[in-house]
Order: sequence, then C-alpha cells, then structure tokens
Amino acid sequence: MADILFYVFASIAVGGALGVVMAKSPVGSLLFMVVTLAAVAAEFILLEAHFLGAVQIIVYAGAIMVLFLFVIMLLNLGHDYARDIKGGLFSVLSFAVVGAMAGLLVRGQGAPAGSGGLSGPGAAAIDAANAEFGVVGAIAEPLFTTYVVPFEITGILLLVAIVGALVLAKRHV
Amino acid sequence: MHATLSMLLIQGGGHEAAAGGAFEPFFPGLIVLLPLIGFAVNGVLALSHARRSADAVRAGGELELDGPTGKPSTHTLPTWIGPGVLAVAFALTLVNFVRALGADLHDPVVIHYWTWMATGTFTVDAALQLDQLSLVMMMVVTGVGFLIHVFSVGYMKEDTGYPRYFAYLNLFIFFMLTLVMGSSYPLMFVGWEGVGLCSYLLIGFWFSDREKADAGKKAFIVNRIGDFGFLVAMFLLFVTFGSLDFAEVLPLASQELAYGGGLVAAITLFFFLGAAGKSAQIPLYVWLPDAMAGPTPVSALIHAATMVTAGAYLVARSSALFALSPLGSGVVTGVGVLTALFAATIALKQYDIKKVLAYSTVSQLGYMFAGVGAGAYAAGIFHLMTHAFFKALLFLGSGAVIHSMHEAYHHTHNHEDPQDMRNMGGLKQFMPITFVVMWVATLAIAGIWPFAGFFSKDEIIWQIGAMGHAESAQYGAWYTLFWIMALAAALMTAFYMTRLMVMTFHGANRTGQEESRHLHEAPAVMWVPLAVLAVLSAFGGWINVPEALRASFLGGFGALPMSEWLHHWLEPVTASATATQLANIGEASHYAPFGGGEVMWAVISTVAALAVVVVSIQIVGRWDIKPAAEDAEPTGFGKVLFNKWYVDELYDSIVVQPIIRTSRFCWRVIDAGIIDGFVNAVGYMARGFGWFGSLFHTGSVNTYAFILSLGVLFVLGAVIF
Amino acid sequence: MIAESLVLAAILFVVGTFGVLVRRNAIIIFLCIELQLNAVNLTLVALSRLHGIDAQIFVFFVMTVAAAEAAVGLAIIISIFRHYETVDVNNFNLLKW
Repeated sequence: MADILFYVFASIAVGGALGVVMAKSPVGSLLFMVVTLAAVAAEFILLEAHFLGAVQIIVYAGAIMVLFLFVIMLLNLGHDYARDIKGGLFSVLSFAVVGAMAGLLVRGQGAPAGSGGLSGPGAAAIDAANAEFGVVGAIAEPLFTTYVVPFEITGILLLVAIVGALVLAKRHV
Repeated sequence: MHATLSMLLIQGGGHEAAAGGAFEPFFPGLIVLLPLIGFAVNGVLALSHARRSADAVRAGGELELDGPTGKPSTHTLPTWIGPGVLAVAFALTLVNFVRALGADLHDPVVIHYWTWMATGTFTVDAALQLDQLSLVMMMVVTGVGFLIHVFSVGYMKEDTGYPRYFAYLNLFIFFMLTLVMGSSYPLMFVGWEGVGLCSYLLIGFWFSDREKADAGKKAFIVNRIGDFGFLVAMFLLFVTFGSLDFAEVLPLASQELAYGGGLVAAITLFFFLGAAGKSAQIPLYVWLPDAMAGPTPVSALIHAATMVTAGAYLVARSSALFALSPLGSGVVTGVGVLTALFAATIALKQYDIKKVLAYSTVSQLGYMFAGVGAGAYAAGIFHLMTHAFFKALLFLGSGAVIHSMHEAYHHTHNHEDPQDMRNMGGLKQFMPITFVVMWVATLAIAGIWPFAGFFSKDEIIWQIGAMGHAESAQYGAWYTLFWIMALAAALMTAFYMTRLMVMTFHGANRTGQEESRHLHEAPAVMWVPLAVLAVLSAFGGWINVPEALRASFLGGFGALPMSEWLHHWLEPVTASATATQLANIGEASHYAPFGGGEVMWAVISTVAALAVVVVSIQIVGRWDIKPAAEDAEPTGFGKVLFNKWYVDELYDSIVVQPIIRTSRFCWRVIDAGIIDGFVNAVGYMARGFGWFGSLFHTGSVNTYAFILSLGVLFVLGAVIF
Repeated sequence: MIAESLVLAAILFVVGTFGVLVRRNAIIIFLCIELQLNAVNLTLVALSRLHGIDAQIFVFFVMTVAAAEAAVGLAIIISIFRHYETVDVNNFNLLKW
C-alpha cells in the first residue's frame, strides 16, 4: 500500500516539476510548483516525518509560493505568455549535462545500506522519539536543547532578511 | 696620477741604463705627452667654436666662415699651440738624439711609467723604449711633422675647422710617437690603431661631402683587415714567448724559433698582413689613393712621411723574426717589388696631381718593404727617411699649387678641378720657388746622384740582388726577378714624375686667361718649410753612403766623413737579424745577378734615370694636352691604367657586394622576419588566449549556471568513480 | 522506500537544474532553485530514516533559510525590474566582456 502511494505521489511530483520548467506563463509555473510541493509533503509523511510534511505545506506552499505570486502580480508578469524557454543548441547541451548528472546521482545514490524498506538504523530512534514525545515533540526536543543556538541565530537571520527585503524593494521617494 | 706626472718630469723611473757612457733620456715622456696636450687644448677650442657657431646659426646669425676674421680662440691659439708643441717635442727629441750619439748604446733603454695590464703570467707595461731605431723614427716624425704643421698654418687658414684640424693633427703625432716609442707589441698596436683612427678623422675632415667621408671609412675598414693579421701574429708570439715586450721577444727569437720553420713563417706573414694594410701594399693598398680626399698637408704627413711607414718600421723592428724565415722575407720582398711596379704603372696615366703622388707613395713603400724583406733593414729605414723628405716636399709643393689654383678658380667662380694637371701648365712663371723645390724632389725620387733618393733606392736595389744571391740563399731565381722588377719600377718612377713636372710647370698655361691673373706664389709660411725639406732632400742622402761607393767618385773619393753612418748606427738593433743571416745564408754577394759590382750598377742606374728624365721632358713637352673639360677619355691600355686596373671594381664584386647581400638577408629574413616574427607571434598568441577567454563572459545567468553545472558534474564524477 | 526516495530527489534536483539553465524569466529561475532545495530536503528526510532525527532538524533550518532567501531574492528582482522594466535575464548582461 505504502509503495503504491509512494509511486503515485512520486509521479505527481515529477510531473509537477516538469510543469514548472515547461509552463508558458509564470503563474502556471507557480501553480505546478505548488502541486510538486504538495506531493513532496506527502512523501515526507510517508517517510514518517509528519511535522516536516505539515511545515512544508504551511511554510513552503502557503507562504513562499504566495510570496512568489505576489511578486509576479506586482510586476504584472501574468499577461504576456511569450515562451521564454531558451531554445537551440544551448538547451540541448543543458539537457545532456543534466541527464549526465541524473545518471551519476542515481548511480551514486541507488543503494545505500539497508535501503530495502522503510526502516534503517536510525528509524528505531525516531519511532521511539515519536512514541515518547509525539510527532512535534520529536523535532522540538533536539531543536530546543542541542540546536538552540542555530535556532536563535535563524531568528536573527529572518529579521535581517525582512529588513533587507524592505530596503531593497521599497520605492525611493 | 700625481705620481705619474712627477715620474714623467723626472728623468725616468726604473730604467735600465746601458754600460759604457750611459745614455740618460731627457724627458722622453714629455715628447709623447706634449702632442696629447696640444690635442686636448685644440679640441676644447674646436668644441667651443663649434658651439658658438651653432648658437649663432640658431639665433639666425651666420656661420663664421672666413678664417682671418675668426676670433683668437679659433685661429691664433691653435696656430701657436699646434706647431708649438711639435717644436718643443722636436727639440726634446734632438737633445735625446745628441745624447745618444755621445753615449755608448748597446741595449735599448726602457722607461717604465706604469703597469697597463697585469694578468697572471702576462704583463704589459706603459713603457717607452729608446734605441737607435726609435730615435731615428722620432726625429723623422717630429721634424717633418713640425714642418708640415707650419705649412698647414698657411694652407688651412680659411677653413672653419681650423682648430679641429690641429687637434686631430696633434693627436696623430701623439699616436705615431706611441707607435715608434712603445716598448712592446701591444703598445705599438695602440699607436697603430690610433694613427688609423686619426687617418680616418683627417681623411674625412670635410665630412659633409659624402665622397670624402666614404674615403675615410674605406681607409679605416681596409686597415682593420690588416690589424687582424697584426693581432694573430701577436697571439702566436705570446704563445711562443709568453710575453710581448721587445726586450723579451727579439733577443730570444733565434733560440725559440727554428730557422725556416712554419711557426716563424706564420708569425712573419701575419705581421706582413698588418703592415700591408697600414702601409698600402698589395692587396690592401686601395685606400691610399682615395685618402687624397683629405687636406693636402694631411696627405703629406700621414700618407707619405709617417703613418704609412709604420709597416716598414714594424718589419725593421721585428728584423730578428723576419731573418729567421726565408719564406716570410721572400714574400715581403716579392709583394714589395710587385706593388712598386704595379703602382708605378697606374701612376703613368693619372691626371689628378695628388693621385699621381699617392700611387708614387704606394710604389716607394713597396721599395721600403723590398729593402727590409731582403734583409737590408738599414737600407729600408734609410729609404723611409729620405722618402719622408722628398715625398712630403712633393705633397706640400702640390699643396701650394692646388692652393693657388683653388684661389684662382674661386675668383672667377669656375668649377673646374684645381687638382687636374691638364688644367695646369706653365706654372713656373707664377710659382718659381715651388718650381725649384719640386724639381729637387723629383730628381731625388728618380734616384739621381747626388740627391737623397739615389743613395737609398740604389742601396735597396743592390741589396735585393746581393742578399738574394748570398752564399747559401734560397729562392735565388726569384730575387733575380725581383731585382729586374725593381729596376723597371725605378725607370717608370723617373718617367711619371717628370710627366707630372712638365704637365704642371712647363709649357703653356691651360688654366684660363682670367684665372691665370690670380695665380701667385705661396706665402712665406708655406714656402719656408718647402725650402727646408728641399735642403734635406738634396743633402740627406749623404748620411749613408755605402762603403763600396764611398771610395769611388760617387762618394767623393772617400773625402767625406760619413760613410754608412746609418747602417752602423742601427747595428745594435739589427744585430740579431744579421747574425741569423750570416749563420744561415752566409755573406751577401758582391756582384749583381748579371755580373758587375756595386759602383758599376750605381753609375748605370743614375745615368739611366737621368736619361729617362731628359727624354721625358722632350716627349711630354711635345704632347698636345687639353684642359680637363675638353679632353677625351683615355682608350685602350691607357684606359686600363687610368682606371687603376679595375681593382676597386673587382673588390666590390668579390667582397663588398656579397657582404651587402648577406647583411641584407640577415636583416630582412632573419632579424625582421624570423626573430621579430617570433616575438610578434607571442603577442598574437596572448591576444588569442584573451579572445578565447572572453567567449566565456556572456553576461547571461544561464551560461554561468551551465558552467556551474559542468563543474558539479565533474565533481560528481570524481566522487562516484 | 529510502532508495526510491533518493532517486526521486535526484530526479527533482535535475529537473530544477534544467529549469535554471533554460528559463529566461528571473522569477521562474528562482522558482526552480526552490525546487532544487526541495529535492535536497527530500534527500535529507529519507536519510534521516538511516541516521537519526538530526537530519530532520537540518531540513527545518533549510526551510527557514529558504524562506529568508526567497524574500531577499525577490526584493532584488523587484529592484532590478524597476531599472530594466523586464525580468528577462538576457537583458542583465553588464558583465559581458
């Protein structure tokens, strides 16, 4: 059952990704991206990373993509649907390069140890943490103890990003 | 420097005096130094004059062209300094000479001043050597030099380069004295090169004329070929003896070098190559006729009396070496007589008065070499001395003639050649003093008793025959041929000199009506030196009357006090050579090749010469000579002689053109093409690399991302495989 | 499932790279970069099954930083748009030699 679901969502994700690249209009690309994100979130859940799946939907699909959409709308790019994919020799070369990359990656990542199923050496710890703290707690527990310093710094990073975005984007009057 | 100066002024520092009545040199360093000082002072005057003239021209003024209006620094100072230093030098030389006469001088006196080069085993000192030979040469150089300096005061009066002229002339005397007074071959070579330099500077004195400048270059370059020979000979000597001082080479020559061996033959032949370049023998004589482009006093001093005699001096100085090589001596004699004959043939058909004298000089130099080559070193030096007298006189006299002709043409703005004898004629009525003195010189050079040339030339011709047929001499037949050639050349000499005199002074005047009104005698400052030289040419021969002649009427029946004086005087210098000769080829013969003693042949030669002179006056007097503008080109064999047997053209096609072509090839193909092309190619390559690199800078994000991806691919590949 | 996840992530990454290389619209290029990041997240989550919860913490941080980066990047694109009136990257060729 899980396998079938996996392949379904996998194909949706790949289809969405291809849609992102091939779509004519920017908004279309964006929507395909949302589809891909949703499929990937489903994959997360299938991989027992429930919290992350939720965060993916909420943050990525819900905030970041909306941000993209806002910018597209702001720049009024939703209208002219001229194809803006590069053609010619360059795209062929690019296709070849990325194909090679794909081959190498697949080859390299094809068979890690204990990859037959869902479980591996770390899986047991995760399941134990899930059972003890709940799904959210399993993430929160290391986040606020071992990784609290990066957590705080990330907060500052977000602050800086907000300020930077404001400064860069505001109208100079 | 201070120490050296004080050493110069004190009589010698570290000289080796001879035994007996010691000869103490009297300020010998000053003799050499004074002309150098004269050069420096005159040179500074010349430079300041040149600068003033340049400033004047730049400020819109005029060049100071005409002499007498020149400022004191341009004329008065060089007039006194130029000949003045020579007068003092001559006086000092005279004192030294008189002292040497009184002293008993067996070995040369060497005065060291400082060490010039000191490298391990080989040292060369700046040292002067005073012995009989160098004293004779010094007397000739300073004495005749002084007279020519005085003459130049009058001749160059209106030349803008007056101070520069005297500067160069003084510098020449300095180098010539270094040459004859140097105590080692390298020091002699310094003088050798220096006189070559001064010759170049003075031949090309009027360098704004392209032809004259080229003549100077030709002289220097041909000389260089000879200098190569001199250098190789020095190298060979160093290898054999380890030193190049005269005192260390010449006395040991007969011990270190085998008689008739290959090494000594090589040394002597290379020295002769150097002498041939400097003294204008075949094949390196071609520069001397062209050197007539210089001022006439220069031709008199350098190309008659002194510089060109350096070769004969070299052979005489190295007599010990030449006596050891019959091959070397034979070549010297042979080339000498051949040159004498060859140049005499060319002189028969030249029209320029200076060219006739130039070829005559080449011919007489040939006689000098024939003399020293045959082993008669004293005779060769004797002829050098007498030749200095009468050839300088001839040149200076022709200078007076040219001076007068030039003035005449200047007045009428005529552009004819003042040196062409066809434009002269009948000058004896205008220039009587010059006429008389030049006849004295002509009789001297023709070898007519009792003038100087008779004794010297006769001695040489006799010795060629006598030495060539010594008891066990080799090459006897060759020497007979040389003897005949020398006689023939002597007769030709008489003829062409008479032709010169008749064309110039006798007959009707061809210069033109207007011009002849301006012909006049030379001023006193010019004819007084001529008179002095005439006296020397007339009576100078009596210092070396051979023993055999002395007893006869030719030598005054033994009444005169001096007999073979020069021969005896030079004996210490030629002792080593004489000893070698006696040991290897025995005594000289007492009979000429075809029989007859010395007296008989002396009488025959002087009578024959006199006959040629008398007959020539008649023949040449009857010729119909037209002025140069109207005269036709010579034809037939005369044309060949007039064109100098086409030797210059031959050299041009064999030597000069190939060198030019090779140089052009090296320049255009190798230098500009290959080497420059190579360097340019490197530049182009750099540009190519730059162009290739620029292709990557498209400014497009996608391209940059592409390259990134390629990099990632590469890393992935490296990690996975 | 882990291996298949990894393969899926690889494919997503490659598609994202292709998009970066061939699209001309700056915003879409940016979007494809986000796709690449997602592929990386998927890899990390799959590998957390092997190596523990730390990988998931990592994903958490990646998402956060991606959000910040998206904000700043889009702000830059907006300010570029103000100058060039277009977001076609072919026009941004000041670095061309």
